[in-house]
Amino acid sequence: MTFGQLPYDVAHLLGGFMLLLSFVLLYQRGVAAVVNTFAAQGAILAAAAAWQGFVQGAPQLYLTAFIAFAAKAVLIPLALRILIRRLDLHRNVEPALGIGPSMIAGVALVALAILVVLPITAGSRAIAREDLALALSVVLLGMLMMITRRNAILQVVGLMSLENGLILAAVGVAGMPLVVELSTAALVMLLLVVAGVFVFQIRERFDTVDTALLEPHRGEQP
Amino acid sequence: MPLGMPLPWLLVFLPWAGAIALALLPRERPAALLNIGVSAASFLLALGLLVLPEGEQGWTRVDALNTPLLLLGFLIGLTTAIFSAGDIAAERFDALRLRAYHAAFQGFMGAQALALLADNMGVMWVAIEIATLASVLMVAVHGTPPAIEAAWKLFILCGVGIALALLGTIFLYLAAQPFVGHGDSGLSWAVLKGLASRCDPGVLNLAFVFLLVGYGTKAGLVPLHAWLPDAEAEGPISISAVLSGLLLNAALHAVIRAKAIVAAHPGTVPPGPYLIGLGLASVLLAAFALWRRHDARRFFAWSSIQHMGLSAIAFGLGGPAANLAGLLHMLGHSLCKSAVFFGLGHAVRRRASQKIGDISGLIATHPGLGWGLAVAIGAVAGLPPFALFASEFALLTEMVGRHWWLSLPLGIGVLVAASAKLHTLQLLCFGEARKDAAPPPGAAAWTLVPLWLHLAVALWLGMALPGWARALLAAGAEIPG
Repeated sequence: MTFGQLPYDVAHLLGGFMLLLSFVLLYQRGVAAVVNTFAAQGAILAAAAAWQGFVQGAPQLYLTAFIAFAAKAVLIPLALRILIRRLDLHRNVEPALGIGPSMIAGVALVALAILVVLPITAGSRAIAREDLALALSVVLLGMLMMITRRNAILQVVGLMSLENGLILAAVGVAGMPLVVELSTAALVMLLLVVAGVFVFQIRERFDTVDTALLEPHRGEQP
Repeated sequence: MPLGMPLPWLLVFLPWAGAIALALLPRERPAALLNIGVSAASFLLALGLLVLPEGEQGWTRVDALNTPLLLLGFLIGLTTAIFSAGDIAAERFDALRLRAYHAAFQGFMGAQALALLADNMGVMWVAIEIATLASVLMVAVHGTPPAIEAAWKLFILCGVGIALALLGTIFLYLAAQPFVGHGDSGLSWAVLKGLASRCDPGVLNLAFVFLLVGYGTKAGLVPLHAWLPDAEAEGPISISAVLSGLLLNAALHAVIRAKAIVAAHPGTVPPGPYLIGLGLASVLLAAFALWRRHDARRFFAWSSIQHMGLSAIAFGLGGPAANLAGLLHMLGHSLCKSAVFFGLGHAVRRRASQKIGDISGLIATHPGLGWGLAVAIGAVAGLPPFALFASEFALLTEMVGRHWWLSLPLGIGVLVAASAKLHTLQLLCFGEARKDAAPPPGAAAWTLVPLWLHLAVALWLGMALPGWARALLAAGAEIPG
C-alpha cells in the first residue's frame, strides 16, 4: 500500500491531523483553548481507530474508537471545562519554555521520530510505518508539552495527548492483540489522574495548581 | 483446585477479592485482621508454586525466575500486614481512608503478583499499571500537602514511564508481527523470545529503549528515580515496605524479561551495557546523595535506588553467575529494606518525627527496637553475614573478572553508600538519646516479629541456602541469559 490508495491516504491524513493538533496544543497559551484542542484530537483519534478497524476488518477497533470518542472527546474535556470554570483559570499561562523555542524543539522531535522509525521498519507494511512515525511524534510532543508547562492541568493534558499517540500506534499495527484492553487500561489511568486533580487540587489548594509551588515540601531541611 | 481456577490466577484474584471485602469494612480491628488473613492465605497458596510444573498457561507463566520473587513478595505482604495491624492506630485514619488504605494494599498485592506471573507482555503492562495506581492511592491516603505532592509526582512520572513501556510493548509486537498470527500469542514472552532471532533487530532495539525507560522509571533507576524518595517518605510507613520490596522488583523483573527477548537476537545493540550504565549512575548518585539526607525515610528510599542499581548492573553483566547475584540481591534487598522500615516505623512513632537527628539514640531508650534496627541497617549496608553481602561480593567478583575497570566506580559507590549507612546507623541507634515525644502506642512486642523474621530469612539466604533453593535460584539465573 502506498500513496494514492484510499486506506493509506485516509489513515495518513488522520494521523497527520493528530500531529497538527499536537503542535496546536504546544502553541496555545490559554487553558480553555488547550482543552478544546485536546477534545478535537480525541475525536480524530476515534476516527483513526474506526478507520483502522474498517481497513483491517477488525471489529474490536470500533470499540476502541467508541471508548476514545466518549472519554477523550466528550467526558474528559467536559470535566476539565468544569474544573477551569471553578478554578477560574481563564487566564493565559506562560509556559516554562517560550512558544518559539518549544515549536522548534517540536519540529526537531518530529524529525527525530521520522528518522528513527522509517529506516528500521523498512520491512513492515507502509501503513504501519507511517502511522508509527506519526504516533511517535505525537508521543514525543506530548512529553515536550509536559516538560514545558508547569501548570498541573496542562501537564495532564500533555500526558493524555501522549497517550493518544500510543493508541494511534496500537491501532496502526495490524493484528495487535489486546488493543481494547490495553487502551482501556491506559484510559482508566488518565481518568484517575483527572479525578485526582479534581479531588485534591480543588479542595486543598485553590491557587496552586502550578506544580512549581509544590516544591518546598521536600522535607530535606535539617 | 478450588473453583477450577489455576493457581497463578488464584494468587491474583484472592488478594483482589480481599481488596473488595476490605473496601467495605469500615472498622479498624476487623479490617486489619482480615488483611492479615488474606495475606496469610495468599502466602500459603504461593508456596504451592514450588510444586507446580514450570511453563506458561495462557497469559501466565511460572518459572524459576518469578517463583522466588513471588514467594518473597507474598511473605513480605504477610509480614507487612502484621506490622500494619500494630501500626494502623497510629496512622489515625478515618473510616474512608482506612478502607481505601486496606483495599489499595491488597489490590497492590494482586497486581504485583500478576506483573510477576504474566507471560503476556500486555498483561504484564496492565498489571504494573494497576500496581502503580494502587501505590498512588496508598501514598496519597493521608491527604496532607506533602503526601499529595509525592503522589502527584509518582503519578505523573510513572504515568509517562508506563506510557513509554506500552509503546515499547507495541514495538515488540511490531517486530514479531510478520511471524505470529493473530491472537494473544503475539505478545507472549516465551513466543517472542523464541522468535526474536528472526525479528528485525532495529525494531527490537527501539522496543528495548522504550521498555527500559518505561519500566526503569518504575524500578527507580537514575535518572528516572525522582518519585521514589518522596513516595517512600510521605505515605503510610507500611507502604514504604511494600513499595521498595515489591513494586521495584516487579518493574525490574519486567526490564529483565524485555532484555531476555532483545538479547536473543545476535544483531541487536547489546542491552546489557545500558542496564550497567543506568545501574552505575544509580549506585554513584545514591551513594553521594545518601550523605546529604536528614530524613530517615528518604535516606532509606535512596538506599533502595542504590540497591536497584546494583541489581541492574548484575543483570546487565548477564551470564549465570552475575544473574544469580542480581536475583539474590533483589531478594535480599526486599527483605532487609522492609525490615528497616518495620524498625524505623516504630522509631518514628515513638519520637513523632522522621528526622534522623530526632530519632537519635534508640538503643539507650528502647534496646529491643534499637538493636533490631541496628542489625537491619547493617544488613542493608551489605555487612556479612546477610544476603546482601553475599550478592554484592558475588557481583564485585564477577565485575573484576569481566570488566575490571568498571569495578573501581562500582566499588567506590558500594563503599561510600555503606559508610553513609553505617554513619546513619550510629546516629539513629547509638547517638545521644532523645526523649520520646509521644507516649508509645499500644503496639505489642509481637509487631517486632516481622523485623526479626526478615533478618532471619536474609541470614538464611546469605549463609545456609539449602540445595533445592540454590538450584531454584540458579535455574532462575539461567533465564535472562
